Amino acid sequence: MEAGSGIAVSARGLVKTYGALTAVAGVDFEIREGECFGFLGPNGAGKTTTMKMIYCCLPRTGGDLAVMGLDPDRSPAGIKARIGVVPQETNLDTDFTVLENLRIHARYFGVRRREAAARAAELLAFVRLSEKAGAEVDALSSGMKRRLLIARGLMNEPRLLILDEPTVGLDPQARHLVWDRLRRLERGGVTRIVTTHYMEEAAEICDRVAVMDGGRILVTGRPRDLIRQQIGEEVIEMVPSEEERSAIAADIAAFPARVEQAGEKLSISCDDCRPLMALLSEKGYRRITRRPATLEDVFLKLTGRDLVE
Amino acid sequence: MSRVSGKLWRVWRRNFDSFRKYLHVNVLGNLGEPFLYLVAMGYGLGSFLGDVDGVSYVRFLAPGIVVSSAMFAAAYECTYMSFLKMVHLKTYDAIIVTPVGIEDVVAGDIAWGATKSLMSGTAMFAVAAALGLVESWWALLVPLLALLVGFHFASLSMLVTSVSPNFDSFSYFFELFVTPLFFFSGIFFPLDPFPAWIRIASRLSPITHAVDLSRALMLGRPAPTPLASVAVLAVTAAVLFRWSIARMRRRLIR
Repeated sequence: MEAGSGIAVSARGLVKTYGALTAVAGVDFEIREGECFGFLGPNGAGKTTTMKMIYCCLPRTGGDLAVMGLDPDRSPAGIKARIGVVPQETNLDTDFTVLENLRIHARYFGVRRREAAARAAELLAFVRLSEKAGAEVDALSSGMKRRLLIARGLMNEPRLLILDEPTVGLDPQARHLVWDRLRRLERGGVTRIVTTHYMEEAAEICDRVAVMDGGRILVTGRPRDLIRQQIGEEVIEMVPSEEERSAIAADIAAFPARVEQAGEKLSISCDDCRPLMALLSEKGYRRITRRPATLEDVFLKLTGRDLVE
Repeated sequence: MSRVSGKLWRVWRRNFDSFRKYLHVNVLGNLGEPFLYLVAMGYGLGSFLGDVDGVSYVRFLAPGIVVSSAMFAAAYECTYMSFLKMVHLKTYDAIIVTPVGIEDVVAGDIAWGATKSLMSGTAMFAVAAALGLVESWWALLVPLLALLVGFHFASLSMLVTSVSPNFDSFSYFFELFVTPLFFFSGIFFPLDPFPAWIRIASRLSPITHAVDLSRALMLGRPAPTPLASVAVLAVTAAVLFRWSIARMRRRLIR
């Protein structure tokens, strides 16, 4: 595959094993230039492993992988020069200030001093940290550190930005700011790859997502399409009592609806839940709510409702 | 597998920038102790001793202290400091997502460790010169020797770091290896009174060779085996350098 083909990353039969343990069990995907692509999945699904293979910090065990048309095994430096990475762990250089962090990072890419200073000023404004330029990194809040990591990941003007759990542990304001900045990158045509287990976040920022579990990709598609295909338009949730539980199956049998159970809770999905909802309230069921279907429903349906440790 | 490139200097620069920023903390820590050894042992203990190996005790001691300060500077830098950056601060992880590969990161830290040896050794050498303990122009080669000792010891320390599970394991390295080297490499006393096996073991240590060379250069007299000593230091340094990088790569990229 060549650069300019419109595909930023493509994988075919990508495998990563550690001895007997299989972290990624043969996945196929294509990430288009300029889109925001999300990998969703519970812990241990293989998301981070897949990302690390893309950014050349983990050699693959098998399969094909091309990043900007290059093979990570053969041209790691060429790939790394053109991508930015925002890691899950905050690994800012605590010996230095905010501005120094950006300059030193640019130096690893061989960016000239004056050019680095200009980019750093621009990116600090972009992530709204200009007034913190001289602050030591340890003095920043976790939201600020996250924003600085994003600015750092952009210092080499990457065509592809990889973000591993970009908003974990952030308060809602900080999270919305990060989302907004990621959307703005779309205008510059920057391809973004995100892992997350916040479904709300995936629906908010991703053009397409792949749901992973146990090292495999279960489905790939636009969030809206996946919801429609896997769940439907709406979901009725209820926590039935003992006697309600025995009666409910018969009551909803006449409707085109699917029922899933998670612990005490029943989720009933349907394209138009209004008639069923009317019937259930008429029959005197209590504690029932109707809401639009979400990506979280898709995620839970596909990856199982049991708690994953 | 040789993937070390000139990008290692970008890592070296990061360490240098950090050193410069915290210079006030660094200098005392690096030079205080060897200076005390030189003064307390050299002049204090030395005043009770006659000539050792044909010179006053402080003159005998100073060249060894120069080597030991170079040795400790690199050992500290490439064990505790490198481990801190690798495991706790995740600095290595942050660098290897850039075009600077893991080999350059490790090589850059080793080059920095050797630089610290150059600085420590040269500073101690300057102190010795100021105290009038240097007798030959050959002594101007001592900084070069300190750099070589640093290259050797930084590589060795990095190898130890590559297999260390935690900070505590470094105390084994220091207690069981570095400290014995410190006492049995001819820094404080000639090894003549000791049994043959200790003298032979000591000859196998590159530090003993470094002390021989340092003493020869500073006192202006021939070293016992000058070429062999330089060769031992350089060859072991090169082997340890390669080996530590390979081990480190295995540890960090699986």
